[in-house]
Amino acid sequence: MAQIETELQLLKAEAINMWTLVNSQMSKARLAFLNFDKDLAREVVLKEKRVNGSELKIDRDCENIFALFCPVAIDLRFLLAILKINTNLERIGDIAEGIAKYVIDAEAPFGKDLLECTRILPMYEEAVRMLEDTQDAFEKEDTILARSVFKKDDFLDDVNKKSHKVLEQHVKDHPEDLSQALWILSIIRKLERVGDQSKNIAEEIIFYLEAKVLKHRNKFA
Amino acid sequence: MESTIIKSRNFNASFGSNHVVKNVNIDIPRNHIIAVMGPSGCGKTTYLRCINRMHELIPGATCEGEMKLNNDDIYQMHPIFVRLKIGMVFQRPNPFPNLSIYDNVIAGYKLNGVKLPKADRDRIVEQSLTKVALWKEVKDSLTKKGSFLSGGQQQRLCIARCVAMEPEVILFDEPTSALDPISTSTVEELFAELKVNYTLIIVTHNMQQAARVSDKTAFFYLGELVEFDDTRIMFTNPKDNRTQNYITGRFS
Repeated sequence: MAQIETELQLLKAEAINMWTLVNSQMSKARLAFLNFDKDLAREVVLKEKRVNGSELKIDRDCENIFALFCPVAIDLRFLLAILKINTNLERIGDIAEGIAKYVIDAEAPFGKDLLECTRILPMYEEAVRMLEDTQDAFEKEDTILARSVFKKDDFLDDVNKKSHKVLEQHVKDHPEDLSQALWILSIIRKLERVGDQSKNIAEEIIFYLEAKVLKHRNKFA
Repeated sequence: MESTIIKSRNFNASFGSNHVVKNVNIDIPRNHIIAVMGPSGCGKTTYLRCINRMHELIPGATCEGEMKLNNDDIYQMHPIFVRLKIGMVFQRPNPFPNLSIYDNVIAGYKLNGVKLPKADRDRIVEQSLTKVALWKEVKDSLTKKGSFLSGGQQQRLCIARCVAMEPEVILFDEPTSALDPISTSTVEELFAELKVNYTLIIVTHNMQQAARVSDKTAFFYLGELVEFDDTRIMFTNPKDNRTQNYITGRFS
């Protein structure tokens, strides 16, 4: 096996580890949010350092491979994709940390009415599923699965788009929920970003495997 | 629209029973740098030497098919005329060791019995050495032997000797493989300047060099032309798996 192949396989394994870690961060932040579990939320905040460490390691490894092996063709696309995926995963890690911090700072569990009317829980589940799908697509080199992520983002966009009006009405009806409504709105905005970042990652997987640039284009054309 | 300077159709070359170049079809555009790459024994050097009929010098060498320069059949021309129009630079710098730098540049005229007035000779020497970025370095030592120069300078002198004959195409057979990185860089810079007046076809084992200097790249494997495309495409998204395996170092 060529040395570059060994290096790329190690890098792929590192990326998958980071993906697993970020997925776990998102899922734990969801559970902490759902169960108002401040201990779990603190664990997410602590583990964010590991996500940052992974990001730096992957960046450094990419830099070394560029410098030492002059990658071309699919190897070059793989490295370019990994660099961007790495950035997106780190940002999703930041979002998980941000949600966990809201749980730590909130004074009372989030009201069921508020969770239901905003559809934040199914939105959260879909966001986590999108991220898991990108990992599966990357591991299995499956561009069909990567493409399926684009469609899932429509639901997240819809929840985000309607959240302002839904929360406005809820606050009118229940002015005492104002503070919680603002937390929920912030989390919805963050989850919408997770959807966008998962889409970016899916685009990079397709670029790496098919050499097609889908950025700023109609994904379904 | 790019105009074609060298055109091959169903071109084959053999050494005795050894079929080395198989059915090559290619249109080489004018004023471009073409890199030809492939593993050892893939037929790339043989193909290069077929372009100016140098392969004929090897006993038992045969070829068939079409090889055209500006739509004229190269194999219907006199070989000397072909080599005037299509010059060649080799792997190791090979200036005539007993000739001065000046005489090396105009050696092509002397060897072909062309007598030129002194003023024309001086002009050709200065122009040719200027074109290869060697004039400033050697203008005060033109009477010194070519072998007095460094390896990189000798290679540029050989390119000047080729350029002096005003060819249309220059063939390079691994022109920098015997040079250090600085001389290699100088010769590579020269390629871009020469492209304005000539078409350059470069056989190279150095893939990074092919990527750096060429406009288009041809990949040969087992005597076949596997792929010929813009260098940018060849090194980012080659169409054929054999090309991808070769350039990514996964060739078995």
